Amino acid sequence: MELYSFTIHELQEKLKSGEASSRQIVDSVFSRIDAVEERVHSYIRLMKEDALTAAAIADENIKNGDIRPLTGIPVALKDIVCTQGIPTTCGSHILHNFVPPYDATVVQKLRDAGAVFVGKTNMDEFAMGSSTETSYFGPTRNPWDLDRIPGGSSGGSASAVAADECIASIGSDTGGSIRQPAALCGIVGMKPTYGRVSRFGLIAFASSLDQIGPFTKDVEDCAIMMNALAGYDPRESTSVRAEVPDYRQFIGRDINGWRIGIPKEYYVDGIDPEVSMAVKIAIEVIEKCGGQIVDISLPHTPYCLAVYYIIAPAEASSNLARYDGVKYGFRAAEARDLMDMYKKTRMQGFGPEVKRRIMIGTYALSAGYYDAYYGKASQVRALIRRDFDEAFKKCDVILTPTTPTPAFKIGEKTDDPLQMYLSDIFTISTNLAGIPGISVPCGYTRTGLPIGVQFLAGHFEEGKLLQVASAYEKNAAIEKRRPTL
Amino acid sequence: MEFETVIGLEVHAQMLTDTKIFCNCSTKFGGAPNSHACPVCLGMPGVLPVLNKKVVEFAMKMALATNCTINPANSFARKNYFYPDLPKGYQISQFAYPIAEHGHIWLEANGRKRKIGITRIHMEEDAGKLIHDENQPASYVDLNRTGVPLIEIVSEPDMRSPEEAAEYLKRLHEILVYLEICDGNMEEGSFRCDANVSIRPRDQHEFGTRAELKNMNSFRNVQRALEYEVKRQQYLVENGQAVIQETRLWDDAQGVTNPMRSKEEAHDYRYFPDPDLVPVVVDGAWVEEIRAGMPELPLVRRERFIHDYQIPAYDAGVLTAEKALADYYEDVVKLCGKPKQASNWVMGDVLRFLNEEKRDIRSCPITAGALADMIRLIEEGTISGKMAKDVIDEMYRTGKSPQEIIEERGLVQITDEGALAATIAGIIDASPGQVKEYRSGKEKIFGFFVGQVMKATQGKANPKLVNDLLKKMLAGS
Repeated sequence: MELYSFTIHELQEKLKSGEASSRQIVDSVFSRIDAVEERVHSYIRLMKEDALTAAAIADENIKNGDIRPLTGIPVALKDIVCTQGIPTTCGSHILHNFVPPYDATVVQKLRDAGAVFVGKTNMDEFAMGSSTETSYFGPTRNPWDLDRIPGGSSGGSASAVAADECIASIGSDTGGSIRQPAALCGIVGMKPTYGRVSRFGLIAFASSLDQIGPFTKDVEDCAIMMNALAGYDPRESTSVRAEVPDYRQFIGRDINGWRIGIPKEYYVDGIDPEVSMAVKIAIEVIEKCGGQIVDISLPHTPYCLAVYYIIAPAEASSNLARYDGVKYGFRAAEARDLMDMYKKTRMQGFGPEVKRRIMIGTYALSAGYYDAYYGKASQVRALIRRDFDEAFKKCDVILTPTTPTPAFKIGEKTDDPLQMYLSDIFTISTNLAGIPGISVPCGYTRTGLPIGVQFLAGHFEEGKLLQVASAYEKNAAIEKRRPTL
Repeated sequence: MEFETVIGLEVHAQMLTDTKIFCNCSTKFGGAPNSHACPVCLGMPGVLPVLNKKVVEFAMKMALATNCTINPANSFARKNYFYPDLPKGYQISQFAYPIAEHGHIWLEANGRKRKIGITRIHMEEDAGKLIHDENQPASYVDLNRTGVPLIEIVSEPDMRSPEEAAEYLKRLHEILVYLEICDGNMEEGSFRCDANVSIRPRDQHEFGTRAELKNMNSFRNVQRALEYEVKRQQYLVENGQAVIQETRLWDDAQGVTNPMRSKEEAHDYRYFPDPDLVPVVVDGAWVEEIRAGMPELPLVRRERFIHDYQIPAYDAGVLTAEKALADYYEDVVKLCGKPKQASNWVMGDVLRFLNEEKRDIRSCPITAGALADMIRLIEEGTISGKMAKDVIDEMYRTGKSPQEIIEERGLVQITDEGALAATIAGIIDASPGQVKEYRSGKEKIFGFFVGQVMKATQGKANPKLVNDLLKKMLAGS
């Protein structure tokens, strides 16, 4: 087996025992990238030279006994987190030449944990999308079927892990942008509690919903990544001062007697029958693990999509106002005056989906419409949050499908935004409530496309998610397949 | 028709914190362009604001000083508009939940005591500055001021004349400077005022249509602009024309207001709660801590000076106009125990010296201790008031103590009755004509003798003693 195909915890053993060096792992990953990247297009930018330097330092550290949780491990970063001195584009023309003079807190934390950065991964422009098709740099393809989308918006981070172009990666999740591509690419993806992982240096889409999280090959790796990522950051006001446990302790524990909530609103018509079947089997596995199935209700679920598509665009319309051509990034040429410069820069700098959301958001915040849209959406959001608070009185974790369908074809939904938005129907409520969620592989369709199951827990209960996901992963014993590339 | 003027003011005051409201950049005025600007000031992607707690405390001080109710949970909102001096495309301000509301201050104008309501006080960040190139069609952006903390103090439309408005501004200014939360510099823009003004027939209850006035950078200009605007509106109404709701700029050189933009073109700021910041929670303990650290406010101090020191209201007003001056005066009083004399010397000589050189009381070369010593020396009769005039002049120029100066110049007053009587006897002997005149009832000539004695003693004679002795000796023999 090639080094690139191992997990973090497996490679850690090899690094400790001297069976492999970080240099060898990094070389292996880059040879894999050389072989498949042209077809998959996971990356906007590769950082090979930096990676080799970091690998050399890692090997030196290992020799000196300084072994940290991610020492020598190749990790990919979604191109939405700022990297000092390295272009950070957010998948947009308007930031195609932007070089941040600072690192995102998560980048610093991963670096401190010893990670070696492979590159910046492709994404929907400003994380607005569910397929990675809105990227200024072209679409990413699903490693399981190159005619299909990898999911989005963190599609590049998901495909990079699935295609073994890195060992783990980070993405951001505003309405499902980690969990949905993780499900569609057959890997593990977690959106932590809002406030658990610092947003400093994460280019904002919708500030009250955005959260950074990991993509990994298995649940144990997810815990390792969470150990590196989680924690209070004084540079972020919404960061929460809550104790961070050692997430690895939850791996391999049983879930005997746990109550697993099944929300009736999530098992509705329109779900792909194969997805439905896979999730049904996942429920049976959970029961075999000692979980008790509890029927629950999240009554405001039907409003989630509507609430999300008011709040997220409203915040985005304001967050993206800074891209005006004045200070950094793209500026349109030949503007007559200031207003003309603004208009041309934003007209040429943003893609259609970003413009659509800016317009929706601007409208929702406008005088005379605010109360009916943003105001009402905020009220319903509070009710959605309360739904979960009530539900978690009756169960420990909630189990749902991650997505209603497996990966769809490239171009299939690009002309139908509403159909595209529906692919996040099971993930969006999590962000509105601020709770954590994880997607774990739960099988394949007949044509070999991965399917994911999602677990949700209360605020700061990432430990519970890892425990149930790890128990499920072990007992489901899903056949370990790899995409044929 | 008789009109009543209705004025409400919006004051922006820069807070005197060392660092900006949402980052650690310096708030210092006058650095090289963009030398006090970090990624947060520049609105770079992914950076986040973290509230400077000092700004909240300063705003709380102003809230308490203006009798406002402090909102236990207030929060920030985004005011969205595009302009190159606003790097994020929105200003972080407070909208629905300001830090304080429902206050008032007292003032006296045209001999009437008036209570002026404060609608609200809120915190916000300042914008940057544009510098326009005169030689080519280009503008430059300086973001040093971006993120400098401001509080906006909005009054009720309670003022009824431009004089009242100016008085209100002076009182607010005085409080801000007293609290040491704003340097009050109007020219540098750390204290800025916009005015809303309308007129209505005296018997009408509803307000008239208002104009918003901007660009007035002194108390005097605020008053002038308001006076002009009131006249303009009266002219319109009296000629059957309507006042339209608009923003007008004061043109100092021409002494007129000109339209800037009308309501129809006004921005829709699309305010909404800033998701990057959490509500500011102010509990009772924090309010009490701030209250305990508040200085005595000018109005209270003024009353106390009048009452405790038995000085005229006017003197008390001058002495309490500035906190440092009031502190200085009180130090002098404490050390010499003579409030009236202290007031005379501070208001007369000390302030005159300082004004001549445009100096601040804090850098006055005459310490409160030295001035108190001088007053004591006069009271003890060591020097005369006249001599003291020279002494204080030198004290100011050299910073020396009065004792030093008196010693150096041999300025000790002659209080030896015997010696003085001998001098006077000599003068009487040498001036038989004048003595005769005096004794024949021409008492005006008394001054001549005083002058002669002072001349003979080089001004060192104790004037009271000279008077007494002269009267006795001229009448006596």
